[in-house]
Amino acid sequence: MTETAGSTQIAVTTRVNGREVSRAVPVRLSLADFVRDHLGLTGTHLGCEQGVCGACTVLVDGRSVRACLMLAAQVEGSEVTTVEGLEDDEHATRLRDALSRHHGLQCGFCTPGIVVTGCELLARCAAPPAEDEVREALSGNICRCTGYTGIVDAVLDAAGSDGHRTS
Amino acid sequence: MKPAPFRYLRASTVEEALEALREPDAKALAGGQNLLTLMNMRLARPGLVVDLGGLDELRRSFEDDGQMILGALMTHRELLEHPELGARHPVLAEMVSHIGHPAIRNRGTLGGALAHADPAGELPSAMVLLGALVHVDSIERGRRTVPAEEFFEAHYETVLEPDELITWITVPDRGPRTGWGFVEHAPRHGDYAIAGAAVHLSTGADGRVLTLRASMLNAGETPVLIQAGGEDLPIGDDWEPWAREVTADLEPGAEDVDYVRAVAAAALAEAAAQASGRVRAEKEQR
Repeated sequence: MTETAGSTQIAVTTRVNGREVSRAVPVRLSLADFVRDHLGLTGTHLGCEQGVCGACTVLVDGRSVRACLMLAAQVEGSEVTTVEGLEDDEHATRLRDALSRHHGLQCGFCTPGIVVTGCELLARCAAPPAEDEVREALSGNICRCTGYTGIVDAVLDAAGSDGHRTS
Repeated sequence: MKPAPFRYLRASTVEEALEALREPDAKALAGGQNLLTLMNMRLARPGLVVDLGGLDELRRSFEDDGQMILGALMTHRELLEHPELGARHPVLAEMVSHIGHPAIRNRGTLGGALAHADPAGELPSAMVLLGALVHVDSIERGRRTVPAEEFFEAHYETVLEPDELITWITVPDRGPRTGWGFVEHAPRHGDYAIAGAAVHLSTGADGRVLTLRASMLNAGETPVLIQAGGEDLPIGDDWEPWAREVTADLEPGAEDVDYVRAVAAAALAEAAAQASGRVRAEKEQR
């Protein structure tokens, strides 16, 4: 046993939005700060930095995670997708369009997290989800502008669910 | 909201992780959904973080003669989507679906939730209800096995020694004719429970409830186990007077103790009614 096991800097190699990146980073750097400050991908927003608000949601190996509750060191060998990486994604394209039509955003701060979370839901659902499924899936993403009605409608619309409110 | 400085080690074997955990100031990092929150808020300041993320062997599960053996690093999502586990222990799947939000369930792990020992947590209560066995390893003591009902000691405190790591959890076979119910009252789905109750009960051939086993969430310093049998239990489906009686002495760590006791009693009565309803429905199908 040594008192100096481990290190304070670490080399991380990962794929971010399809591009391989290798960086030496401090071990206490969060994944959120890594993509924002080291890779310049500022679409990932940081609200609470304690796993509550959902603004920093990204996909790691296709699954949504809080980028503030992961260390950059933990994505070694993984595939990271930020909201920028969803530009040509079919679900994201439909969802962005629906969010715009349903007034699913106002200030836009939470929107990247909503889009990433919504895309995971749309990709996961074999059949169009019901409203309560959409609300449960989005329950970890806080929006202080819209009151959620427009966001839920937009996800239902993008998913092709019947009976979504179109007004 | 950034963690204090620490050293980081990515363990590639369980042995390497156990060796590193001998350092007094070391902490094991699994999914990080509790630990990294506490570190970001600087409520936890470990000197060494031992990342278990590479230990794929602890992400496996096995079935052995009716019991399920679950790796401590299985995520909540993996528990939720495990077909055999869901079929054998539907109460567990129901409880896991109440943990946080999808992004939390994608990362949080079974072992992590047990080590964190939040009395409001679904998994500590589920493991107590199911009579699970927690297997922990260390270099110093080798392996020891602790029943879930003896594992939790207080708020966020377990019998784990600082150098011990939860590696596997055994969930025993469920007895015949066991009904289940789970009710959690929370401000919103996924929020911390005000109180909740999970129930298993068994009935005789005449449909009378023979034994009841319940585990309460957020109703005390640890999951609260309630066991009752035969003559102590109500006849028929009015569980409320009984539930009020057995929850009257609960000591939840809340300001408004009477309120939480009332919520706990309501959850317990509803969960027991669900469980006996399910046994009846199963019997009618047969």
